[in-house]
Amino acid sequence: MNNITKFSNAMLLTYTTAIFLFIFLPIAGSVVFSFNSQRFPTIPLGSFSMEWYEGVVDDVDFWDAAKASLTVSLFTSIIATFIGFCTAYTDYRYQFRGKSIFIALALLPPTIPLIIMALAMLAWFARIGISGQIYAIIISHSVLTIPFAMAIIRMRLNEIDPRLEAAAWNLGASEWVAVKSVIIPFCRPAIISALCLTAAISFDEFAVAWFVSGLNKTIPVLILEIVTGNIDPRVNAVGSFVFLVSMTLVVTAQCLIMASRLRKSNGNFK
Amino acid sequence: MTFPLVQFRNVLKKFGSFTAVKNINLDIEAEEFIAIMGPSGCGKTTMLRMLAGLETPSEGEILIDGKVMNNVKPHERDTPLVWQSLALFPFLNVQENVEFGLKMKGIKKKERELKAREWLKRLEINQFSNWDVNKLSGGQQQRVALARALITEPKILLLDEPLSALDAHLVVRMQQVLTKLQREIGITFIYVTHSQSEAFAMADRVVIMGNGEISQTGVPRDIYRAPANRFVAEFIGRNNILSGNISSIKNEIALVSTSAGKLKIKNHRGATVGQNVTFVISADLVKLCNQYNDNRNNIACRLISEEFIGSVVTLFLESKDGTEFKVQIQERELVDINFRGDNELIISWEIHNAHLLPELET
Repeated sequence: MNNITKFSNAMLLTYTTAIFLFIFLPIAGSVVFSFNSQRFPTIPLGSFSMEWYEGVVDDVDFWDAAKASLTVSLFTSIIATFIGFCTAYTDYRYQFRGKSIFIALALLPPTIPLIIMALAMLAWFARIGISGQIYAIIISHSVLTIPFAMAIIRMRLNEIDPRLEAAAWNLGASEWVAVKSVIIPFCRPAIISALCLTAAISFDEFAVAWFVSGLNKTIPVLILEIVTGNIDPRVNAVGSFVFLVSMTLVVTAQCLIMASRLRKSNGNFK
Repeated sequence: MTFPLVQFRNVLKKFGSFTAVKNINLDIEAEEFIAIMGPSGCGKTTMLRMLAGLETPSEGEILIDGKVMNNVKPHERDTPLVWQSLALFPFLNVQENVEFGLKMKGIKKKERELKAREWLKRLEINQFSNWDVNKLSGGQQQRVALARALITEPKILLLDEPLSALDAHLVVRMQQVLTKLQREIGITFIYVTHSQSEAFAMADRVVIMGNGEISQTGVPRDIYRAPANRFVAEFIGRNNILSGNISSIKNEIALVSTSAGKLKIKNHRGATVGQNVTFVISADLVKLCNQYNDNRNNIACRLISEEFIGSVVTLFLESKDGTEFKVQIQERELVDINFRGDNELIISWEIHNAHLLPELET
């Protein structure tokens, strides 16, 4: 019995390590090569160098792309989290005819292949004459990320005692005020993590952005342009930057979700 | 003109095809402590929720202060509720929880704080004002919930089984707190519970509900001694319920043939010979003796089991035909009774102590 447990634990550890290596080794490689003085990513490494970072910092294209990416992810996260919250609350609070269809539609976007979505968006934006605008990227990224925001907030709403909202009405809060003073404070950790996660997804997203961005290139689009045609080690530097931003956002989101779980299991509120 | 503070008029509430309450007619006076009691699912909580505006009656009217409330939204009423789960806001501290009602009324921060401190002090929880509500004990949370509900100084306080989650010793303590509070601030308490001891200990008047209808309304003593029907008699517990057929009547005393033997009962309801009647004798009015007594009803029984709950003991006995009897006596009286092993005991009660139920059948 004990041996079996030991064996399965060892297997689990090996498996987990393998997965993490599989995911993070290429990224770690990219980070390491971004500080490598040699032009080509080969081993043995050359000396430590900030050359490629300096190259990125001096590049106007990079600053434009960074600005576009940050703007897009900021607005996307706000819009997606707002709509995601509204959808989650609707699902939590109301029963209505066709609700299951409504929820299925709300959760649909991530199941559509990105390239199809990107083409459809481009076709639509071209028709209404806003393709190539920065807000075209914001709109399409919002569509893409709303379901994630909704899922996170809906999970949090599962944990609320439905009597809390009724208790607020009972103490003189109108329905709007109850949402503001009970539902939103209760969901705050989930709302912040939804903001972080949708920002991260938008910041990383390439396919849709590439189709609809036009001249307003985002960073992933810029990376593609750098790597097509020539070998430029600056891409490692840009990649490391993108990885750092995304990971910060995702880890923050994850920590907030875990913290509210933990508080729930420790706390004694029913 | 004076009218009752709360009036239920022919109220009926349906959830889909399920009827939660029906034929509810009830007046509740100002400054009254009324308990609504019944088994789970009898509709008592629905009554409370309708008063708070969280449910709307399907038929009939509810009036508060003479005004029909059917279409008044919960937040437009002044009927705070102390929830069974307490429903304290977990993201607010004790003081902020208590202040909530005043904040909704748009009272300034200074005044809110002053008021909150006053109520926290009154309920003896002022030392916890900055605490996270989840860190408080059950009894302390209870007090926070009370302070939060009472801070707006309403005319009516609704309480939905607020003590059901507390330990036995805390329940008694909180009962005292509630009774004292109600007397001091002089507002109406409408208290829903399934616990007879809570209802009888605190309420001026008790409403017994069964199957969505009011079975009996009255002061606790009347309900205990003179249940209006078989449902109430059974719900109150610790009652002996017997049925039989009247074989003769002499001087207002009816002789009833029951499975346990012929028993005498005072016939104050004008039952006639040949009618089937049901009557109730409270367990504490039945005595154990060693010999028959001609002026009382006597039944020979055998002891089955006993239930000891402190100073009072309930004995479960069985007569020869298998009818079960409950006898409640002081624990110290037990030593005076000679059980003599498996021998027969005689239980007896005074003729006028049996209560004839109004359900007569021919």
